Amino acid sequence: MDLEFTEQEQEFRREARAWLTANVPAERLPSMDTREGFEAHRAWERKLFDARWAVVSWPREYGGREAGLTEWLIFEEEYYRAGAPGRVSQNGIFLFAPTLFEFGTREQQDRYLPAMAAGEEIWVQGWSEPEAGSDLANVRSRAERDEERGGWRLSGQKIWSSRGTWGHRLFGLFRTDPQAQRHRGLTYFMVDLAAEGVTVRPIPQLDGEPGFAEVFLDDVFVPDADVLGGVDEGWKIMIATTGSERGLNLRSPGRFAAPANRLIELYKRDPRPAERDAVVRAWMDADAYRLFTFGTVTKLQAGGAIGADSSINKVFWSEMDVELHATALRLLGEAGELDDGDGGWLDGFLFALGGPIYAGTNEIQRNTIAERILGLPRAK
Amino acid sequence: MRLAYTEDQELFRDTVRDFLADRCTTADVRAAWAADTAISARWVELAKVGVTGIVVPEEHDGLGMGDEELAAVLVEAGRAALPEPLLESAVAAGLFAEFAPDAGWLAEIAAGRAAASVLLPGQRLAVEAAAADVLVIGLADGDLHVATPADCVLTAQRSVDRSRKLFTVDFTPTARTLVASDTQRALARAADRGALGAAAQLLGLTRRMLDTTVEYAKQRVQRGVPIGSHQSVQHHLANVLIKLEFARPVVLRAAYSLARDLPSAARDVSMAKIYAGEAADLAARNCLQVHGAIGYTEEHDLHLFMKRAWALGTAWGDAGVHRDRIAADLLGDAPAPPTPAF
Ligand SMILES: Cc1cc2nc3c(=O)[nH]c(=O)nc-3n(C[C@H](O)[C@H](O)[C@H](O)COP(=O)(O)OP(=O)(O)OC[C@H]3O[C@@H](n4cnc5c(N)ncnc54)[C@H](O)[C@@H]3O)c2cc1C
Repeated sequence: MDLEFTEQEQEFRREARAWLTANVPAERLPSMDTREGFEAHRAWERKLFDARWAVVSWPREYGGREAGLTEWLIFEEEYYRAGAPGRVSQNGIFLFAPTLFEFGTREQQDRYLPAMAAGEEIWVQGWSEPEAGSDLANVRSRAERDEERGGWRLSGQKIWSSRGTWGHRLFGLFRTDPQAQRHRGLTYFMVDLAAEGVTVRPIPQLDGEPGFAEVFLDDVFVPDADVLGGVDEGWKIMIATTGSERGLNLRSPGRFAAPANRLIELYKRDPRPAERDAVVRAWMDADAYRLFTFGTVTKLQAGGAIGADSSINKVFWSEMDVELHATALRLLGEAGELDDGDGGWLDGFLFALGGPIYAGTNEIQRNTIAERILGLPRAK
Repeated sequence: MRLAYTEDQELFRDTVRDFLADRCTTADVRAAWAADTAISARWVELAKVGVTGIVVPEEHDGLGMGDEELAAVLVEAGRAALPEPLLESAVAAGLFAEFAPDAGWLAEIAAGRAAASVLLPGQRLAVEAAAADVLVIGLADGDLHVATPADCVLTAQRSVDRSRKLFTVDFTPTARTLVASDTQRALARAADRGALGAAAQLLGLTRRMLDTTVEYAKQRVQRGVPIGSHQSVQHHLANVLIKLEFARPVVLRAAYSLARDLPSAARDVSMAKIYAGEAADLAARNCLQVHGAIGYTEEHDLHLFMKRAWALGTAWGDAGVHRDRIAADLLGDAPAPPTPAF
């Protein structure tokens, strides 16, 4: 065992900290789910990109630093510690990009990765449909062959697309073979949301801002160049992407360590002994999550894979996040209900409540843990 | 950065696991329930594998290892519900090594010819105090004594886990028994080793209860399907696994910190005791529920592990004690007690 960081890693931390200290906006940006906030967040992404901090783990040619997993964790710790803005490009850089690196052609990578890293194109995740939530294989949106133009015509409907209201491009699954079994016959497409035939309807989330969108597609043409991986191969590619979402990529421990430390400060300012245990619990869980992640990184660096373990990860961080924010609101007492309250705790609470739902609901994750890790018989 | 045991450590652990699978069956644990002492012929065999001498220095015929290896082995002891006082002997050995290396006990413990027990400040109960060959007794004023059972008046107490032979100890310190003074720091560290060791055993107990219950849930049929295919049953067991998987790195880190005497060691150990205790507690409840009435009997083996888990959950500082210690450190609303008050 060795829980120290190397001199090189510590130097990386110092460099990140120095840049963030000098550059993180002093004022909290408006919510990224408002028009103004969306643009402000894109401008911030551009700034990160110009200083090569947008995608530290990517290859240099796409704007990264080729940083290893440990350095990435360090960067994330520093990022949230500095109180830097949430990442409006997260579904692109953390969820879609790993898939593009693994399954995309060189042309697709050159075309999409730099613009994604620079915040020029914000990507939207198009899995869910009205009849396909937990049962994603029930996707009904379809793609029909258009030989003449060398591509496909997409029709159907996607829903609950985060940042779909202002985003630029969507990745998602469409049925290319209506005869095939549920998981087969699906293909992974990249869709331009400005294309003819696309209609976007904003949907306000719990906080009142249009963070969701419903995306209607009516004969939208997508060229062959925007098929990711093979035709009818979409399911297995999608599985690789959702693995990133539940596992490490989307929720680095730094993201929870920062609010856990702020919670300690909140308690010290105005101690409410009845909440003492809950405060300690929130801090410990954030710390345990960090250790768990170290364990995962150790496994990955030794050549192992995450696999179904990402479900364990997902249930833990999502429930911890809700408890942490609920504790903060109780500490705030009467002020807890105020919309523009102290430190954005209410916003954080509302956002945290989505955690047990998105990235595969926690009920589904528990089924996965039981069946795939513990080996229990499949539920009927 | 590497949060995992080394290959050598894993090899040692696996050897112990195999040994215990063979030589510490549930029938053996039941035999310890029926006997006056849980210390059996197995103690010498454990010594041959190196287990009783893990923390005994090499010059006294031990392995000269530390908290990391001890914790790794105690996870296995927990998995098997090993009844011998392995942890107590190791805590005593650590104190011997520091304050009385030449008293002759270290080599005896390493060879399995002697078993030791401990009573640290604030602790009320000593495991195997009557059958142990030697008792290490730390007093709140920092005096450290080495005594034999004959120096004490021992009163047997009954644990929920009948393989834990508990005694209250009435001991009158004398100049003859005194081996060192001003040992508060070492006593606190010994208490932390005890809490870490209990946490490690709790991890093993959790794993055993879960594995046993997963097997049961695959076999047991109701309404024509295995009960393990019901979602409510699946979720009970998934929740145990989540608790276990998050307790594991926390215990590993505590062993790492304690082995290096890092400033955060006390807090890390307290966290380990809490996490492992919660995992074992949830495992006991959920595994009992999944077993139904058969789990509610002494005929089924599940209770051997549940009862050990309950016992170790309160021994070496219960969750409240350890939460207080962490709260004091994080929130600074009380001075951090160096020794957990048991
Ligand atoms: C904040 C947020 C952001 C999101 N962003 C996106 C996005 O960007 N792109 C996107 O495509 N989607 C997004 N989603 C949608 C999300 O992926 C779905 O909500 C999720 O997959 C669940 O589907 P559903 O809402 O249709 O619920 P349902 O599938 O109808 O489930 C409803 C309830 O029934 C339970 N349930 C369903 N099936 C089972 C079963 N087999 N066993 C046990 N329980 C079951 C569920 O766990 C849940 O509690 C987002 C959701 C939220 C809350």
